[in-house]
Amino acid sequence: MCSYIVEKAKLLGSAKGPNGWMRIDTANVYYDHPFHAPLDHALGIDFICEADGGRDRVAVELSAASARELVAAILAALSNGEIEHGKAAHHAVQAAE
Amino acid sequence: MTYESMLAETIAFRGHRGDLGEAYYARPLGGPWPGVVLIHHMPGWDEWIKEATRKLAHHGFATIAPHLYFREGPGSPDDVGARVRAAGGVADEQVFGDVAGAMEFLRAQPYVNGKVGVIGFCSGGRHTYLAACSLDGIDAAVDCWGGNVIVDDPKQLNAKRPVAPIDLTAKLRCPLLGLFGNDDENPNRDQVNRTEAVLKKLGKTYEFHRYDGAGHAFFNAARPAYRPEQALDGWDKVFAFFHKHLTAATAARAA
Repeated sequence: MCSYIVEKAKLLGSAKGPNGWMRIDTANVYYDHPFHAPLDHALGIDFICEADGGRDRVAVELSAASARELVAAILAALSNGEIEHGKAAHHAVQAAE
Repeated sequence: MTYESMLAETIAFRGHRGDLGEAYYARPLGGPWPGVVLIHHMPGWDEWIKEATRKLAHHGFATIAPHLYFREGPGSPDDVGARVRAAGGVADEQVFGDVAGAMEFLRAQPYVNGKVGVIGFCSGGRHTYLAACSLDGIDAAVDCWGGNVIVDDPKQLNAKRPVAPIDLTAKLRCPLLGLFGNDDENPNRDQVNRTEAVLKKLGKTYEFHRYDGAGHAFFNAARPAYRPEQALDGWDKVFAFFHKHLTAATAARAA
């Protein structure tokens, strides 16, 4: 599609690349021709740190279906994790009492 | 037994404003040969682009594929391409300078016959259309499914891409070959038809070929879009077009 359209998400976190762990503050997200994946179009995400110059990245190229499955998995993991960690926090409070 | 030979290597060349960049360069040994500048697609200076460069060399063209993103290096072509994408692509004017520099490199080689064509794929097809309307010294141009030649939404124009290529068609100064898949969305059939209508109206020398059962990038054997039958015919059209317009000097020199 050659669109140059990039969505940006501001992040707080870390990613592990070829040079080890790095802090990241941005995800550049696009749906266009991939560089490596055997697809005509792919959902690409480049995790970068703009504050550090943005030259290093951790990249993925996913099929559209895979990307949607990943989104669902992320939301499910967050939801389940928050419930479990909420329980753990509740138990910790009870033990302290 | 027929002896075949080719040299393929990375070289340095002077691009826009004299910047020193890298290019992939493939040529048959001996000569004289016509020259071709190959403009890579949006994903960047990847393996398929280098395969296409060698393919043109195999068919008798000294072919240079400048890395249009070299200024964002160093780094692997995919990482460099990601930086360029995040920055909104490269400026058309900079591409013109790099293509002009690549043409100058070719014409400086003693085994190049003086004729130079340009071919581009995807965004490179658009660049080819623009270059053919903007640069002197291009003897033949091949636009392979270049998108955004027609710009219906003026908001798509910006400082890097200030002009819709179609609006420069009156300045087209060389024969143009266009190859398109009828299932492509950018350019779609309507856009290809509208581009052809302008070329025809302005009396330009052109050939357009449309392929059923093919979409965008149907030459690319590394992608599901690859259509071997259509790609085979398309490549034959490219070689015939370039030989027709670029080998005359060879014939004249030999005569």
